Amino acid sequence: MKDTTKKPQISERRKFFTNIAHNAGLGVMGGLLWAGYADKAKGSTLTLRPPGALKEEDFLSACIKCGLCAEACVNRPSNISKRTGKPRPGTLKMAKAKDDVTIGTPFFIAADVPCYMCEDIPCVPVCPTGALNIASLTNKDNELDFRLMDMGIAVVDPNSCIAFWGIQCDACYRACPLMDEAIKLEYDRNERTGKHAFLKPVIVMDVCTGCGLCEKACVTEKPAIFIQPREIALGKPGDHYVKGWDSKDEQRAVNQEVKDVTTKTERSEQNAADYLNEGVDFE
Amino acid sequence: MSNVKYLILRRISQVTLLVLYFGANAYGWKMLAGTMSSSSVLEKIPLSDPFAVLQMLAAGAVLTFDMILGAMIIVLFYAIIGGRSFCSWVCPVNMVTDAANWLRRKLYMDKIERKVWMSRNIRYYMIILALIVSFVSGLAAFEIISPITILNRGVVFGFGAGAGLLAAIFLFDLFVLKNGWCGHICPLGGVHSIIGKYSLIRVKHNSDNCTLCMKCKEVCPEVQVLDMIGKRSEFVVKQECTNCGRCVDVCNDDALSFNIRNYLKQ
Repeated sequence: MKDTTKKPQISERRKFFTNIAHNAGLGVMGGLLWAGYADKAKGSTLTLRPPGALKEEDFLSACIKCGLCAEACVNRPSNISKRTGKPRPGTLKMAKAKDDVTIGTPFFIAADVPCYMCEDIPCVPVCPTGALNIASLTNKDNELDFRLMDMGIAVVDPNSCIAFWGIQCDACYRACPLMDEAIKLEYDRNERTGKHAFLKPVIVMDVCTGCGLCEKACVTEKPAIFIQPREIALGKPGDHYVKGWDSKDEQRAVNQEVKDVTTKTERSEQNAADYLNEGVDFE
Repeated sequence: MSNVKYLILRRISQVTLLVLYFGANAYGWKMLAGTMSSSSVLEKIPLSDPFAVLQMLAAGAVLTFDMILGAMIIVLFYAIIGGRSFCSWVCPVNMVTDAANWLRRKLYMDKIERKVWMSRNIRYYMIILALIVSFVSGLAAFEIISPITILNRGVVFGFGAGAGLLAAIFLFDLFVLKNGWCGHICPLGGVHSIIGKYSLIRVKHNSDNCTLCMKCKEVCPEVQVLDMIGKRSEFVVKQECTNCGRCVDVCNDDALSFNIRNYLKQ
């Protein structure tokens, strides 16, 4: 039999395998592009999430991007403007493609619209997925408690805060919904004038919820007090350092797993007298 | 007007849903709040996109009771009654791709375009891929690119740069591939195809009345489901049929109609 086409004959078997390779190749290509984009789409670690949000990583997998929290926020009864009788802008925004926040997830920018810490916390119970965890905001009496909110932490830049210069300003202190609890004023003598006092705002870490009313209220051109996620703004002393005068903190030492720590370095092999006489080699 | 009856009903359905979603945010209406990924009806009944829930599961999220119930309600409704009607009666992107399709016909794109071929099964591979990427990235993978929720959220919360994706889909359907997005790629369409495979509401063809004018095949977004036209009198049972009713609308010979599939007779 003569071959009527000029194409080489391809057996069914070859065709089958080529097809599989073709599809698998396209799949892997698409998957790599997609996974690469997904990684980028996780957005900035500086994002402020609604009250009760799970840890960022868990929040991202749990949030279904429905927007019920943002709708509850803008339509809360306390959000009606007395002047116009209409709802004011809500705190929570749903991220758009250019926000550097995973698209469709709720977040807020404290300097634009801070969280007003509503007593009934309308944004959290409506969450269908538990990405906003109602248990984390429920106190011992089984009530929602806005004091348990933990959206971030206020940070003061003492270089640009005018209260640290000696100019009297307590805008953040007065704006704080937990006045004199989350921000305290530290009195200090102003040596420059000799007769005035500094009234420096100091954040109380355990009390501050990160609502951002202080950032909104700050009078400087770019706020000298601002909210950051706790993971960004706070360090961690670790279990080696314990406040021996604080029974609560001592508990950390009690709870820690006891490991026999021996550090071995090139020097520790030697006698102290030997390596001290060796001099330091920085290379 | 009878040749646009279902088209108008579908537009009313799609637009009404968007208006309700919009009102939930803008005016605090309770009828239908949220977006199509997850909604709440009258603050009581949860509804969830079963595909989004699957991706969340793959991404490692712990599912709540509301999520599972919401997805079950949707699955049961479409599995028993609606078939793939989500795509043509609910999904807002359908209006975008239908517009592209309409313009295609006006511009005679089918006559001048170089043929691009793509498998209509890509959507099913997309489902698998979405679940794998969700698992790897810990992020519901399709939900970060879904034009459906981008459009839905855009209407409710305002559009952002994501509108570019909708424009891209419009142009793709218009200039690259007929029914490219809805008929080939969209994994949510694939999920709804699978869910609705055995549903009751179906288009029925009566080949005795058929004059082989082929108008139905011209408008059908999933032409392969109409393989019985003029040949056999039977239900359109292929799962990709979206129950859009365009074929019923354009048929002048009473050869196509909506009917309830009778499993006992078959």
